[in-house]
Amino acid sequence: MEDSAPILEVESVVKSFDGVRAVSRCSLSVRGRTITGLIGPNGAGKTTLFNLITGFLKPTSGHILFQDERIDGLPPHRIFHRGIVRTFQIPRELKTMTVLENLMLVPPNQVGEQIWNPLLFGFRVSRQERLIYEKALEVLEFVDLVHLRDEYAANLSGGQKKLLELARTLMTDPAMILLDEPGAGVNRVLMRKLVDNIETLCRELGITFFVIEHDMDLITRLCNTVIVMSQGEFLAEGSPEEIKQDERVLDAYLGGQYR
Amino acid sequence: MKPDRLITPLAFAAVTAAIIIMPAERSRDFDSVISFLVTFGTSVAIFSLLVLGLNVQWGYTGIFNFGVMAFFLVGAFTAAIITKGPAETEFVQYVGGFGEDLNLIPFLDSDQWLPFLVGILGAAVFCGVLAFLVSIPALRLREDYLAIVTIGIAELLRRVAIEESGLVNGTRGLPGIPRPLGDLVAPGDYKFVIFGIAVVILILVFIAVERGIRSPWGRVLRAVREDEMTTAASGKNVFAFKAQGFVLGAVVMGIGGAIFSYQRGAISPENFNHFFGTFIFWAMLIVGGSGNNKGAILGAYVVWGFWRITILLQAYDLPVFLETRIFFIRDFAIGALIVGFLLLRPKGLLPEVRRVSIWVDRLRRSMPAEAESADPHAPAG
Repeated sequence: MEDSAPILEVESVVKSFDGVRAVSRCSLSVRGRTITGLIGPNGAGKTTLFNLITGFLKPTSGHILFQDERIDGLPPHRIFHRGIVRTFQIPRELKTMTVLENLMLVPPNQVGEQIWNPLLFGFRVSRQERLIYEKALEVLEFVDLVHLRDEYAANLSGGQKKLLELARTLMTDPAMILLDEPGAGVNRVLMRKLVDNIETLCRELGITFFVIEHDMDLITRLCNTVIVMSQGEFLAEGSPEEIKQDERVLDAYLGGQYR
Repeated sequence: MKPDRLITPLAFAAVTAAIIIMPAERSRDFDSVISFLVTFGTSVAIFSLLVLGLNVQWGYTGIFNFGVMAFFLVGAFTAAIITKGPAETEFVQYVGGFGEDLNLIPFLDSDQWLPFLVGILGAAVFCGVLAFLVSIPALRLREDYLAIVTIGIAELLRRVAIEESGLVNGTRGLPGIPRPLGDLVAPGDYKFVIFGIAVVILILVFIAVERGIRSPWGRVLRAVREDEMTTAASGKNVFAFKAQGFVLGAVVMGIGGAIFSYQRGAISPENFNHFFGTFIFWAMLIVGGSGNNKGAILGAYVVWGFWRITILLQAYDLPVFLETRIFFIRDFAIGALIVGFLLLRPKGLLPEVRRVSIWVDRLRRSMPAEAESADPHAPAG
């Protein structure tokens, strides 16, 4: 597993907003079938990097390669179809749609999304809807939200919305999942279950995880590799233990508290 | 039943009672009451089409179209110039005039019905193409800017219709629009025919829109309404779905415009203004309940009922200061109605239903364990 080839490569990517460089000549790579952490102090450019990878922002310069193909500049829905899905740091649930609908939206290639199919060929839609419905229930079972399936997503608690974000990524068969602070606001017991689930998904389905997280305990427990960003640049990479010992990282981020 | 739930049946009952009792009191003549009601019903059916179109755009897709008038006007004039014969005198100038050439299936007496169907189809297609062209630049804007752009486009089209006198005869308008199936009955009974046509088309459009919305397609539109970023992160092409919602809504509005021109028999660009062409349909949608197609129709009924009642009120001995100002008071009251609903009942008389997909509902009814929780008509919120 340690030797697997990079699935995602970020090559000297720059993103500036009106002259402020949020990401500055950042190069890093994430190996396939790993759970890789992304840490760094506030304003290090972690979420901006996620937005660049998933197409919500276009790099000012530089390339992003996913499975050896360039994806920088593609719109978000195209990147989704390449196999990268993401969650948002602040949950963006579909508020006045039910939890179930939030999930049933996601699966790609739904025949019912072409207007003529529901109007004229209901039977085609029907079969697929059953599969998607069953898949959604399965995923809801997985994240412990099945009892809330008919609730409006807006009525969920903060932690439940985080889980709904994660559930959304599981409604498809991605090659890579980007999680933006999945742990914040989720209680410990549930978090332990999530860690188990993420490990299972990585091990059994070969899904690569790239996780922004501030909780070093969680990072240590979850990640094979940790990448550190600081001031928009790549700073260090290594196992959680190595990172904890790394002088540069300690200076930039941990402020010496782990010394 | 909670008092809150009584508002919807009460509003319906109040309008219904008023539109039956008030004309009856004025004329004491059964036929004229029926005539009033049938004409009223035709107008409600036509306006319902426009409100349904707006509901697809705003209620489901979240597109802030403040230029309904553009599609209303284009639909009405497209149907008129397709259905009419060629211009006869130099004082009447308009393009089109294909009506007499549309007798394509002579042995089926097709000149009776084919031009009108082609007119409706033409209005739908033309509005759809217009909406598509507008959508390319406009739908990339944020909703407040989009609202401004749609107002601008509506006003632009209205000015073009007035100033380009060769297009649809300018402010003199187009008289003598042939009436669909007009030769079947005596002119006095024609109101029943146009009522039937309007209702049949409303039912067909309602079924199509309802089925479209309660499908995976509609699910994506509603997702776009809720959050474009999440929808994009779920692999949907947000712009393509917004354009589809906008175009489909405009097509429905165009059909409404076409039947409007058939009902009137004569239209002028001055029939269309921002109040009557856009604002009142927003009032109908907000009062009825955006995101609910039945609500859209109920809203058209209640608001148009209110509108007609203010006209009927003139027959009573009103104080002079009221009588001379009644139309202004009406405009004011419609505005007050919108504000009142937005503050007190923002979801309208019939709120959006909680679970929308027909397929999911069917599935759950077919699963016994799920049946007790499968109540598709649970009100929103």
